[in-house]
Amino acid sequence: MESWILLGATSAIARAFARRLATEGATLFLAGRDEAELEAIAADCRLRGAAGAEVLAFDARDPAGYPALIERLAAQEGVLNAASFVGSMPEQAAIDAEPRLIAGVIADSFTGPATFLQMLAPLLEARGAGTIVGIGSVAGDRGRLGNYVYGAAKAGFATYLSGLRNRCARKGVHVLTVKPGPVDTSMTWGMKMPFMTSPESVAADIARAVKRRRNVIYSAPIWRLVMTVIRLIPEPVFKKMSF
Amino acid sequence: MDWKQADYTGWGRALSARGEVARPERRAALTGLDAAPAFGMRRSYGDAALNAGGRAIDMTRLDRLLGFEPETGVLSVEAGARIGDLAQAFAPRGWLPAVMPGTGFATVGGCIAQDVHGKNHHHAGSFGVHVAEITLLQGETEITVEPGAPLFRATVGGLGQTGVIVAAKLRMTPCKGDVMLVTERRARDWDEHLAFLDGSTATYTVGWIDATATGKALGRGIVEEGETGAGLVRRRERARRVPMDAPNFALSAPVVHLFNRAYYARVPARGRTLVKPIGDFFFPLDKIHDWNRLYGKRGFHQFQCVVPLAAAPALREMLTEIATSGLASPLAVLKRMGPGRAGFLSFPMEGYTLAVDFPNREAARALIARLEDRTAEAGGRLYFAKDALARGAQIRAMYPELSDWQAEVARVDPDRRFETDLVRRLNLRNA
Repeated sequence: MESWILLGATSAIARAFARRLATEGATLFLAGRDEAELEAIAADCRLRGAAGAEVLAFDARDPAGYPALIERLAAQEGVLNAASFVGSMPEQAAIDAEPRLIAGVIADSFTGPATFLQMLAPLLEARGAGTIVGIGSVAGDRGRLGNYVYGAAKAGFATYLSGLRNRCARKGVHVLTVKPGPVDTSMTWGMKMPFMTSPESVAADIARAVKRRRNVIYSAPIWRLVMTVIRLIPEPVFKKMSF
Repeated sequence: MDWKQADYTGWGRALSARGEVARPERRAALTGLDAAPAFGMRRSYGDAALNAGGRAIDMTRLDRLLGFEPETGVLSVEAGARIGDLAQAFAPRGWLPAVMPGTGFATVGGCIAQDVHGKNHHHAGSFGVHVAEITLLQGETEITVEPGAPLFRATVGGLGQTGVIVAAKLRMTPCKGDVMLVTERRARDWDEHLAFLDGSTATYTVGWIDATATGKALGRGIVEEGETGAGLVRRRERARRVPMDAPNFALSAPVVHLFNRAYYARVPARGRTLVKPIGDFFFPLDKIHDWNRLYGKRGFHQFQCVVPLAAAPALREMLTEIATSGLASPLAVLKRMGPGRAGFLSFPMEGYTLAVDFPNREAARALIARLEDRTAEAGGRLYFAKDALARGAQIRAMYPELSDWQAEVARVDPDRRFETDLVRRLNLRNA
């Protein structure tokens, strides 16, 4: 029997992924801040076939609360898996007006989940099994005008996941990095963006990548090509571009 | 950003709106929005889901199952959940939504607001008959409404005018499993078609009608009768998508004529019994996503009326006019309805209902106007979920409880915050 903890479980992508896991009969730990919302998602998952669905309080900016979650997971038997969907992207203009917002973005999108996974990893390694899924972003592949603080946080998280993969692979634990492009959620509502994909589609891509033990995926897959091209643009040219 | 400027349409794509749309993903986000009419998957053909120049709330992300009592079969669910999704989740466990419309993409909120019917209407009545409770958001206040209250009857079939339907409790119906045993029979003409529908004892009965057949073959079609069953069945094929707007000749008269002949002939003269996945029987067109694009850019209309049993001859005359017009599409349905309805503005009445799709062309609009006149003369009724063309005075006269509805709506929404294009076009709220 498989158990999954989802960090940031109220996010649209997390919800779609939780539904998939529920229909497969997994046990779910739904972690986040909005308890009423998490309870609704937990009820939904139980009715769709989850062996269990438990709500846990998790605030990326409050690592003091992490050990209680780790303790709960340690008491859970069987294969443990984790997926982090947390992150925040204030508008760049808001950050320009108040640069100290950066600390929150970094905590939500990078240091919070990294700290939690750092605490969790030994548990998975001790059992010699399990998968850790980290949601990065195409924004982390190159800093650009509109969201470079968010991008920097996601780039940091991606580098962290790469190292964690290197470490955990030796102990039978797999680490998957997911880099979604724009996804049709409340975060992007009202923005015009190319190759927009749906939360369900990203969730399906994640599920497939977990089964195939892929290392890094883009969702939609076209973004691997797009970001390869964007990374190849020389800096003297790139700095004059605004997209 | 809560609100974004958007262009959106009804399912028929003949009517559209430009306005601000919000799509909350959390209940708290919904409560924080200013009051506005809500919509789901916009499967109503006309303008029931549209609010041009105003605001509207897309409910499709609030779609969670909230609770289920196996002893009573009562499911508590958010309004944005789709009927097909509920069927898929619960049929393997022996439960189905008690009433399912012809598309599984319809949301719970939409099914309530239109008080939809299904292939079992002759036994089970309309969707609202099986609703045990509705949660309504009126501005910042959330209230629950139960059967018996005038507000319940104003909300079921009430076109969203009493507030945003946020969640509901549905009494599900037991089923034997998630496959359907379907018997298909040829009905050679109008009289035989009605006789089969009248004589059917099946739980689910519907007639596909060849609306291009004339003369002796007028009214011919296939009568499908279904019962739920248990067992194994080939999995549903992956849904296909219509990738672009079809050219205008795609559904021209000769093409439709040929298609209908083949569709009729595919069922052997002695009939046949098939085992199908549940979705294939209830939601046959859902396998083709965006099939409304088959009608091209200008869109299409569906005419649907119900007439009393005694007015069957008038319905036959309507079909004659449709069949000789050369305008009908393959999608045409004939069904016997029972009396079951749950709201002041519910469509069903005991009788026969006929639904036919037409491309959005001048000749078709004129034909629909004549069919609407005939419906009125026959003492029948038009369906708000399908309508895009009706004239206000005529359709208002078809709903004898309109003034009860108006009184209740005026009471709970005096500032007209939930008005939609349909309500304004047909002038439904003015006494």
